[in-house]
Amino acid sequence: MHAKRLAFLSLALGVAITGYMVLGARGSWSFILPFRGAKLAALLLVAMSISTATLLFQTIARNRILTPSIMGFDALYVMIVTLAVFFLGSRNFLAIPELVTYLTALAVMVLAALLLFGTLLLQTREDIMRMMLTGVILGALFRSLTSFATRMIDPNEYAVIQVASYARFNQIDTDLLGVSALLCLGALLAAWRIRHRLDVLALGREAAINLGLNPRRAAIEVLILVAVLVAVSTAFVGPIAFLGLLVVSLAHLVTPSGSHAILLPSAALISALTLVGGQTLLDRVLGLSTPLAVVIDFLGGILFLALLLTRMRR
Amino acid sequence: MISVSDLSYGYRDTPILTDITLEIPKGGVTALIGPNGAGKSTLLSLIARLMPLQSGRIMVDELKIGTCASTDLAQRLSILPQVPEIAARLTVAELVAFGRYPYHKGRPGAEDLAQVETAIEVFDLQALAHRSLDTLSGGQRQRALLAMIYAQDTDYMLLDEPLNNLDIAASRALMQLLRQMAETHGRTIVIVLHDINYAAAYADHIVTMKEGHLGPCGAPRDIVTDALLRDVFQTDAKVRRLDGKMLIDV
Ligand SMILES: Nc1ncnc2c1ncn2[C@@H]1O[C@H](COP(=O)(O)OP(=O)(O)OP(=O)(O)O)[C@@H](O)[C@H]1O
Ligand SMILES: [Mg+2]
Repeated sequence: MHAKRLAFLSLALGVAITGYMVLGARGSWSFILPFRGAKLAALLLVAMSISTATLLFQTIARNRILTPSIMGFDALYVMIVTLAVFFLGSRNFLAIPELVTYLTALAVMVLAALLLFGTLLLQTREDIMRMMLTGVILGALFRSLTSFATRMIDPNEYAVIQVASYARFNQIDTDLLGVSALLCLGALLAAWRIRHRLDVLALGREAAINLGLNPRRAAIEVLILVAVLVAVSTAFVGPIAFLGLLVVSLAHLVTPSGSHAILLPSAALISALTLVGGQTLLDRVLGLSTPLAVVIDFLGGILFLALLLTRMRR
Repeated sequence: MISVSDLSYGYRDTPILTDITLEIPKGGVTALIGPNGAGKSTLLSLIARLMPLQSGRIMVDELKIGTCASTDLAQRLSILPQVPEIAARLTVAELVAFGRYPYHKGRPGAEDLAQVETAIEVFDLQALAHRSLDTLSGGQRQRALLAMIYAQDTDYMLLDEPLNNLDIAASRALMQLLRQMAETHGRTIVIVLHDINYAAAYADHIVTMKEGHLGPCGAPRDIVTDALLRDVFQTDAKVRRLDGKMLIDV
């Protein structure tokens, strides 16, 4: 049953990709194909990163409402980049090779995520309410620090980070595609390799220990993967609050299973389909200027509220 | 053999276990009894490395708790916690299959599948195999959890109040199964029981605990007495003997 559904999702994605590449093309193909191809690659990377990061995070948090975005992971990344511009000045910031800035921000991100969220996840008795509140508070803190710093920054310098802090799919910065692809594929491969362990971790702390795992170490590994994946996708398209929640919930609906060998590809396919298909539909077919992120966040936000309310009532 | 030496454990300033030194012989059923809050679950959790040790030493055969590889121990010892968390969306068959994880690490072989099949049959779960856990009754769920531990097929099994939710037939069937595993396969079973009647009828050995200390230990017929019930449990129930069996007032 799952195999059939995964095949169907792949087929739909194939159609969406073809649409994205060829629809509304004006001009020479030799220009359009590489140009659109790079953006498509970036979209696919972002899609897989977000779905995988969300799934991994939900597995170790043992919760289907919390996501890295809701816990403030992407706000953290935007803050790190903003503070870097603030303290170094955009002149310096731009003088440093982009790759160095990128990798440094990534390293800071991983460290900060471990410090901030590690302690939260390593508690023996998980307390969802406290996790949520901490996430909301941290997210608000990161955002206010970011906006404080942006206000202090010279308007000319502000342009540098503006691109980092809003979700955007039609102007993707593909300069860093190579490095990002490498990092991202590495993290995705690592996630795929621990898929069986993730199944066991989902059983809970005590059951996982009984079966010979070390949940503490696993939580740290997963947190590092999540930090890398979120950083890469935020660097590309900026924060999209509810995409992860939306696509992972859909994956649980379409392929209900406790097995990450099914959930990981299923969520990745749905995520890619949402981004590529949505972008093709909005931009190329309907010719709307509504940003896709707005639509996704609208739908995802409604889902988030629905999940919260149904859980509260129980 | 499980040997515990000078084990102490506490939360902040409150001592929970004080200087426990105990040997649980290999092969046989050992019942751990004692009043609520005596520290029974804490002791089992420490033996099964669910919580880090604070002081003292625990050995399971040649494996030292705290330093031995957790995967090695998972093939040697299993635990059923008193209040197991359950992943509600799994089916019974999926849950039981996890019992084989320590051996196959995600790629089950034919033998693993056969063991899962047997475990499902032993706990009479065939009809429920494809139901998800959150649709089961309390006792059915408990049997599914027991089947998973059974499929794990370890020399040592620590069971924290496994009779919770089980009816009299399932309780007796489980105790008989445990006896048989101990006698014919040399398994070592440590089981927390609140019903002393079950402990007296099925255990080879009883260990009593009270307020974090060990109480009298020994064979049921030697230690289950009115005095034990009074001293350890503070109750005036009487022990009666009938046809060579012990019966405790309820
Ligand atoms: N997380 C905790 N923080 C503080 N005290 C705790 C904690 N967990 C257990 N305790 C205390 O440790 C003592 C021993 O608990 P334990 O669960 O081992 O008892 P038990 O013998 O298994 O009791 P029961 O028969 O009720 O299951 C109890 O007094 C309990 O209140
Ligand atoms: Mg207990």
